[in-house]
Amino acid sequence: MKKIILLLLVSPCFVFAQDDLLGELEKGSAEETEYAFATFKGTRLGNGHTIETKNAGSLEFIFGHRFGAINGGAYEMFGLDQAYVRLGLDYGITDRLSLSIGRNSTDKTMDGYLKYKVLRQSKGAKNFPVTVTALGGMAYKISPKSSDAPEGFEDVDRLSYTGQLFIARKFSTNLSLQLMPTIIHKNLVESYEENNQVALGIGGRLKLTKSLALTTEYYYNFSAPDNSTLTEDQKQYDAFTLGIDIETGGHVFQLLLTNAIGLTERAFITETRDDFFAGDIHFGFNVTRTFQLKKNK
Amino acid sequence: MTQTKKLSFLFFVFVSLTGYSQQRYFAEKAIVSFFSDGVVEDISATNEKVTSIFDIVNGEVAYLMSIKDFQFPNKLMQVHFNEKYLESEKFPKSSFQGKITGLDIAATGKQEVKATGKLTIHGVTKSIEAPGTVEVNGNRMTVKSKFIVKLVDYNIKVPQIVWQNIAQQVEVTLDLVYRPL
Repeated sequence: MKKIILLLLVSPCFVFAQDDLLGELEKGSAEETEYAFATFKGTRLGNGHTIETKNAGSLEFIFGHRFGAINGGAYEMFGLDQAYVRLGLDYGITDRLSLSIGRNSTDKTMDGYLKYKVLRQSKGAKNFPVTVTALGGMAYKISPKSSDAPEGFEDVDRLSYTGQLFIARKFSTNLSLQLMPTIIHKNLVESYEENNQVALGIGGRLKLTKSLALTTEYYYNFSAPDNSTLTEDQKQYDAFTLGIDIETGGHVFQLLLTNAIGLTERAFITETRDDFFAGDIHFGFNVTRTFQLKKNK
Repeated sequence: MTQTKKLSFLFFVFVSLTGYSQQRYFAEKAIVSFFSDGVVEDISATNEKVTSIFDIVNGEVAYLMSIKDFQFPNKLMQVHFNEKYLESEKFPKSSFQGKITGLDIAATGKQEVKATGKLTIHGVTKSIEAPGTVEVNGNRMTVKSKFIVKLVDYNIKVPQIVWQNIAQQVEVTLDLVYRPL
């Protein structure tokens, strides 16, 4: 009996001695929540956005450029003679809230967005399958000039609004997929169009190397007019994009093939006039440069 | 066994038990940082969520940290560090396990010591030897060390692009304050 008591008293010593220090540290570390990061390389997937927002205090300059259609032939230098651009700035107010402004050459449109990361994909102590970001945007067409505007055209007719949700999951280091339910309201529309248009986007990226990724983005517009009743100039197609993301330090280069030329949601989701699958493909790129304005403590 | 013998034996067992818990020192402050001289920009980051144990009797020491807890002044660098270089989704932890030699626990003032052991970064474990200092102050013990880590040793690949010349080695600094549990 006495021996047993003694053995019990001594036994903790042995347990202690057998354990190595690192094993003890590993046991002592509580399970943490790990949030998915770098689901996409940039804030844009192709023409539209991703779930990514800028980090607090960082400013991103985005230069979006689309050439003319490649099937324009040698006379148009396969589209290179034409250019549709958006110059934009995105700023991270907090790590989850971003503000964006931009100027598009298409219809001389000014746009602005607020983007907020509502939920984050996580595993560990807290588990959540997807990251959800909400976007609210507004675009103002400066074209036509007031003096050239038709009778009855008011300044509010220049406005359109975008509401979007981005739901993305980083399935692995290399594969991320995203769904984008979208609603667009245009104050002024053509007679064959609806003011409120509902669309659903789907897209993703596949990383090939640490700095190179393939991307794709497709927006299906549920409210699109019936093309069979429209003339060639009025026909509307869904925006489709294939791209390559190349990242080098503070730059992201996105090389794209798309049928859309506008870079606001109004333009590429509801006013794309070219048919990707008929060969009206435009080469384009987005170049971004991030500047850290405020140092992270 | 007589009554006295039994009591004294139990006494010794208790003493050795309490002695055991006192020979373990835990880090109340443990900061690991690194610095690299870049051609264009210097890179530095600090991890303040390191855990560490030091056994003063046999000189054994270990520390453990999560790669994602390294904080960079530039958040984009932090993302790239985790995503592209250290691949923290695949290799979330870095650790060291080894021994400090040349330490006289009774001495006061700063002592030069040496640590040898196994350093694990990016899933690769290498034997290293690093110089350091230990200063005992009451029941607090301050350990400092500085050593060089070569990226190639740990299979960390950094693309060599002209405008992004990241140095191929970093200087790691440890700053630890221990106290008995």
